[in-house]
Amino acid sequence: MPRRDDLHTILVIGSGPIVIGQACEFDYSGTQACRVLAEEGYRVVLANSNPATIMTDPGMADRTYVEPLDPKVLTAIIEKERPDALLPTLGGQTALNLTMELAELGVLERYGVEVIGARPEAIATAEDRDQFKAAMEGIGLEVPRSGFAHSLEEATQIAEEIGYPIMVRPSFILGGKGTGIAEDAAHFGQLAAEGLAASPVSQILVEQSIAGWKEFELEVMRDAADNCVVVCSIENFDPMGVHTGDSITVAPAQTLTDVEYQAMRDDAFACLRKVGVETGGSNVQFAVDPATGRRVIIEMNPRVSRSSALASKATGFPIAKIAARLAVGYLLNEIPNDITQATPASFEPTIDYVVTKVPRWAFEKLPGAEVRLGTRMQSVGEVMAIGRTFCESLQKALRSLEQGRAGLNADPAEGALDEVPTPDLLERLAVPTPDRVFELEAALRRGVDVDEVVARTGIDPWFVRQLVRISDERARLAAAATLDGADFRRAKRLGFSDAQLAYLRATTPADVRADRLAHGVRATFKTVDTCAAEFAAFTPYHYATYEEEDEVRPSERARVIILGSGPNRIGQGIEFDYCCVHASMTLRDAGYETVMVNCNPETVSTDYDTSDRLYFEPLTDEDLANVLDAELAAGGEVVGVIVSLGGQTPLKLAGSLPSELVLGTSPGSIDLAEDRERWNALCAELSIPQPPGGTATTTPEALAVAGRVGYPVLLRPSYVLGGRAMEIVYDDDGVRRVMQSMTTGALAREGGVTATRPVLVDRFLEDATEVDVDAVRDGDGEILIAGVMEHVEEAGVHSGDSACALPPQTLADEVVEMLERHTRSLADSLGVRGLLNVQFAVKEGQVYVLEANPRASRTVPFVAKATGVPLAMVASRVMVGQTLADLRKEGLLAADAVGRVRVLDHVSVKEAVLPFDRFPGVDTLLGPEMRSTGEVMGVDITFGLAFAKSQMAAGTRLPDAGTVFLSLADRDKPAGLEVARAFSALGFSLAATLGTAGYLRAQGLTVGTLVAKVGEEGVASDAVELIAQGRVQLVVNTPRGLGPRADGQHIRAAAVAYKVPCLTTLAAARAAAAGMADARAHPLQVRALQDLHPLAKGAPG
Amino acid sequence: MTAKPKGPERTAPEHRPAALLVTADGAVFAGEAAGAVVPVATGELVFNTAMSGYQEVITDPSYAGQVIAFTSTHIGNYGTNAADDEATAPHCRGVVVCDLTDVPSNWRATEGLEPFLRRHGVPALTGVDTRRLARHVRAAGAVPCAFGTASERELREAAAAATGTDGMDLVSGVTATEATVHPYRGDDGDNVGGGEGRRVVAYDFGVKTTMVQLLTTLGTVTVVPAGTTADEVLALEPDGVFLSNGPGDPAALPGPAAAVADLVGRVPIFGICLGHQILATALGGTTYKLPFGHHGANHPVQRLESGVVEITSQNHNYAVAAGSIPDAETTHVNLNDGVVEGFRSLKAPAFSVQYHPEAAPGPHDARYLFGAFRALMLDHPTRAAGSAGARAR
Ligand SMILES: Nc1ncnc2c1ncn2[C@@H]1O[C@H](COP(=O)(O)OP(=O)(O)O)[C@@H](O)[C@H]1O
Ligand SMILES: Nc1ncnc2c1ncn2[C@@H]1O[C@H](COP(=O)(O)OP(=O)(O)O)[C@@H](O)[C@H]1O
Ligand SMILES: [Mg+2]
Ligand SMILES: [Mg+2]
Repeated sequence: MPRRDDLHTILVIGSGPIVIGQACEFDYSGTQACRVLAEEGYRVVLANSNPATIMTDPGMADRTYVEPLDPKVLTAIIEKERPDALLPTLGGQTALNLTMELAELGVLERYGVEVIGARPEAIATAEDRDQFKAAMEGIGLEVPRSGFAHSLEEATQIAEEIGYPIMVRPSFILGGKGTGIAEDAAHFGQLAAEGLAASPVSQILVEQSIAGWKEFELEVMRDAADNCVVVCSIENFDPMGVHTGDSITVAPAQTLTDVEYQAMRDDAFACLRKVGVETGGSNVQFAVDPATGRRVIIEMNPRVSRSSALASKATGFPIAKIAARLAVGYLLNEIPNDITQATPASFEPTIDYVVTKVPRWAFEKLPGAEVRLGTRMQSVGEVMAIGRTFCESLQKALRSLEQGRAGLNADPAEGALDEVPTPDLLERLAVPTPDRVFELEAALRRGVDVDEVVARTGIDPWFVRQLVRISDERARLAAAATLDGADFRRAKRLGFSDAQLAYLRATTPADVRADRLAHGVRATFKTVDTCAAEFAAFTPYHYATYEEEDEVRPSERARVIILGSGPNRIGQGIEFDYCCVHASMTLRDAGYETVMVNCNPETVSTDYDTSDRLYFEPLTDEDLANVLDAELAAGGEVVGVIVSLGGQTPLKLAGSLPSELVLGTSPGSIDLAEDRERWNALCAELSIPQPPGGTATTTPEALAVAGRVGYPVLLRPSYVLGGRAMEIVYDDDGVRRVMQSMTTGALAREGGVTATRPVLVDRFLEDATEVDVDAVRDGDGEILIAGVMEHVEEAGVHSGDSACALPPQTLADEVVEMLERHTRSLADSLGVRGLLNVQFAVKEGQVYVLEANPRASRTVPFVAKATGVPLAMVASRVMVGQTLADLRKEGLLAADAVGRVRVLDHVSVKEAVLPFDRFPGVDTLLGPEMRSTGEVMGVDITFGLAFAKSQMAAGTRLPDAGTVFLSLADRDKPAGLEVARAFSALGFSLAATLGTAGYLRAQGLTVGTLVAKVGEEGVASDAVELIAQGRVQLVVNTPRGLGPRADGQHIRAAAVAYKVPCLTTLAAARAAAAGMADARAHPLQVRALQDLHPLAKGAPG
Repeated sequence: MTAKPKGPERTAPEHRPAALLVTADGAVFAGEAAGAVVPVATGELVFNTAMSGYQEVITDPSYAGQVIAFTSTHIGNYGTNAADDEATAPHCRGVVVCDLTDVPSNWRATEGLEPFLRRHGVPALTGVDTRRLARHVRAAGAVPCAFGTASERELREAAAAATGTDGMDLVSGVTATEATVHPYRGDDGDNVGGGEGRRVVAYDFGVKTTMVQLLTTLGTVTVVPAGTTADEVLALEPDGVFLSNGPGDPAALPGPAAAVADLVGRVPIFGICLGHQILATALGGTTYKLPFGHHGANHPVQRLESGVVEITSQNHNYAVAAGSIPDAETTHVNLNDGVVEGFRSLKAPAFSVQYHPEAAPGPHDARYLFGAFRALMLDHPTRAAGSAGARAR
């Protein structure tokens, strides 16, 4: 069956903001889908609220709607674009759920939109655990004993029947949210209640726990002729009980006999057929009892998933791309395998290496969260590493995490475990945590035997014995008098880094490298080819290992190496991958051969056809040096390396590169901006005011500075991203506490406080407006101010966590001009060649500069989407020597893009998306430490409308009627009055805590409900109750006074728990009121980027 | 920085005697001797890309005369167990891997792979760049090789002297010495019935256990030596004759081909792999040697009558020349390289496939072919009414 000609317009739904459990893997799959559908000549309409994605580049689709993923909005888009079909299987759970809603609302029927890829019935069968269970038992597949409950009573009854331990799982949820394992009735009651609340259909599965069994995943594909293939088998290192998204996982499966594997394969296909996934990729999860081989099916996802992105990168088989082709009618055997070119896609990839994925968590940024892994996913990103052996790939993955580890221990950080007595260590092994794998090796090194470890962890003995090989080898390496070639080769084949060898041999990585090369032990690059070398491979997708043959092909062309941004983490996410991908796209257009280096399997940058060459490698000095050697040996000219688009990750590597190879702004200037002393000097010289401050390496020094500038002060380590460990303190004790925390723990590991990395102590500007400015400067010194963004929340809320508007809404023209002037003089004196981001705080008309980053910033994609200027592309071209004038001539920049980019006819608002719903116990209050995982964008003709859209897109639907509950800090009360007036003018009734209510009443406002704070007695009703009972539709809670800002936490916690929108700043409340007012005046309107920026040059489709 | 105190010293698998593999065309691969350690082992070097099922592969008699290099990294992880043997003992000349697991982990395991290899006297090489090796074989074709602990010079000489499989009758080395009978054990769920009393004679050119097992779901199976004549076979009054897989060059087996030529048209015939090549030869077709053969569990084969694609298990160096068989039609083709994977006679009740529908190791996609054999026997009774074959109709 060839391409379907009865379809013309296809609507693709993206996955929206990056959240835990749904990250940039869906930008990867969505981008592939859009590309394929365009190639096939369809008119593609795309809806996705996330501006920091490649898929939302204007060139990727014919019509791109950066609008909230909400049934109302989607209906408007469908009405406008009249698609023939809707492809929901590439936008994660979000797209599936949205599609189900649209089906139930009858929208699809009304407009005659056919759902392709997976029919709604199939989605229902797979996603509703009740139906799924029944379906599987219907075809004789075993599932864990369980029952469904819609109430607590029902749940308890079932639990008693099955017996503990019991696993609770809500229907229609993502990333294990609201799930957990209960050992007893008490814990069960709590989990069940949570689960019922978390499920949109308030239904939970009460299930026998099989924690400790082996967990497997099969990535499978099926076409319309019922041809089925397994793309990849994945075995979890961590057994059942730890969410696959939080497990170390390995491909291919290692511990199954062929008899067991083939039976699992048969089951997976039977499952696909029963569920009725006609075409596309699915993910089927199994658990296997290690003692008996008994196999049960856990779940199946009738769509591409995080695991299928991993499987695609692990095998070279592009699941999403092929799923898209299948959805429009092709059969697997009609689709060629890009890599071999000679063979069709109707085959099962076979691999001759081992792939290991290790998740990255952000517990350090979420004080109050219990550091324990379970059935709900908590990781914010992941790395993948390829090695010839499991040991090699595991150690490569661990050093890819960028958490100061050089591999599986054998590095300075392992010291932390040396103090732990063995009995405690054994205790810890039983609890899955981010550190468990390191504790495992430490225990084995102390001679704890394999069976003991297996008994405590449930990890398969095969894996544990591989770790034993590493610790045995480590012992040999540490003991040997000298290392010969054989020693180096053995060490390298087990994945030891030069840094680990240096640590074990008490020498330096450089010496190890020299010694090793002298013994002829050098990295060789192999190719990921889907077929274990049975056929010739045409795509240069490489990984390093230590073998006898190198497969890097020579090239005569001029090449640019682009360093990616590594694993997603809070503070450094998809925005930076977006920038790297844009660099690759535009430099390819300009005739360069591009070389990508990255280790994040979720990203577009690690798609083998994004760049001319892909090295799937850790971003460390050693691994980069290997790539550089290979590229220099390959001939042609290596023009240089781009280090300024991937966030801090590549910047940290810049130092290890020959400086003549670093493209764009010199590392010197970048350091200048980060080095407090020199930075202050520069600002003084340019007479740009800064908040008074200083640096300190010791507590006394810090206290001294604080005394000089006056409290409150802001403390933070230098050289970190995302306001890591940044704190506002109000007195000397605060200073002491923070200094203490910075010299110990995780932070110390990340570099901590040293003479070269002092703590920065600044006067904290209260109630100041924060502004971000993004600009680009070329080699001739021409500067283009691309965007000025006014933050909604006041300075003090991290730029990454606050909403912002472009163009600025309240700033006076002369202020904006001053911001631009300062930006220009900074750009000139830093000799910027490429991007510059400057952050300012404006207080009472006075402008202060907070920091300047002569590199890509988080806001680059937002600015590009808001203005139509492909900022990252422009900067990349500038870095290789073109001027802004050249680019205007070429058309990459609009002819009128001179001096500044003007946006007149619409307002864009960026809003941050926060992960609090996954971390009960963490205060939702925003502060200078960034905690958002992703962002959304709202565009409309007024600020209010755009803000309202941004809220909707972020998942906090502003109410149109009901009660607003205000609880304000004293200093906020005057301003709060105005907001309260606005709300009551909109017809809301007011509720307020005693103090606030008193003030508002005194000003003549009616406050219907009096609310007591904790501890307060009397007539007033309790805040938490009020929220729990749904008697409040919107909460406005600003922290009290100058004291520790935790006051009112119980109110905010309740709001999160019961999904009531909660605004923690007056600015946001003001914006919300404006939004509601405007929303009443204007009907909902959707706009395609192509209409906002008719002339914009996007990425080539 | 000071080095940490070293952990307890354990004997590690990394310490094996160094060894080399040298191919007849002069390529040298470094490794460590494992399994039955010998100074020199020789054979024809082939690679297998299956990611599971090493035990089935190693015990598959079709590998007689060959040294098997596994491209999958870790081999031996789940050990070995009697149930997964495809023959009473391996017939391959050696095993080459990238990383041999010393201690297995699987509830089914009864013995580790290395002890297993030692017990059966199979020499092995581990720590080898098997990807480079596969790339070499892909370019050079299946070449004779020598490996072991001997000096590079000795190995070069041994490799140069080693013979390939061309023109070699390797079947006589693996076939049964006398007939054995395997009783009907009821059909596997597809409840066609009628297996009682049905008789299948299976030629053993190196038959795999799994094939016999699947045949016993069709009827009582008599496995006969490769040298059995047509008359001897017919004397057993079979309802169908099965031609098994086996090692080496089909052109070197005139005897079996002649016997099969006699049987064609007188009894339904089903052939697999070497059996497929022998049937082709018997029907006047010709065979040829592939550059490096098909050895893996992921080959797409299209069934022409339906267009459906089967993922198949494959192990062959020779193939049937397309269109070389008079009065036969091709039923299956390999989508990777267009090689004929199956045909049926237009004149007589006989069909065969080049790949392995019995899998073991590999996907089960093509097991329906055993049902097709049953159907063929039902449609072409060889005995008068009242006998089992007819009763079954
Ligand atoms: N019956 C069970 N007992 C123990 N752990 C389980 C059970 N079912 C699932 N899990 C664990 O919970 C995780 C999440 O469950 P899953 O069904 O995959 O939900 P999700 O949709 O979040 O992926 C699984 O990866 C597995 O580790
Ligand atoms: N002196 C200050 N007064 C008020 N807020 C500040 C001050 N310095 C920094 N901030 C707040 O802290 C946030 C993070 O500081 P910043 O220097 O931008 O760190 P990062 O490098 O993580 O972006 C800023 O976005 C701003 O909201
Ligand atoms: Mg899952
Ligand atoms: Mg900042």
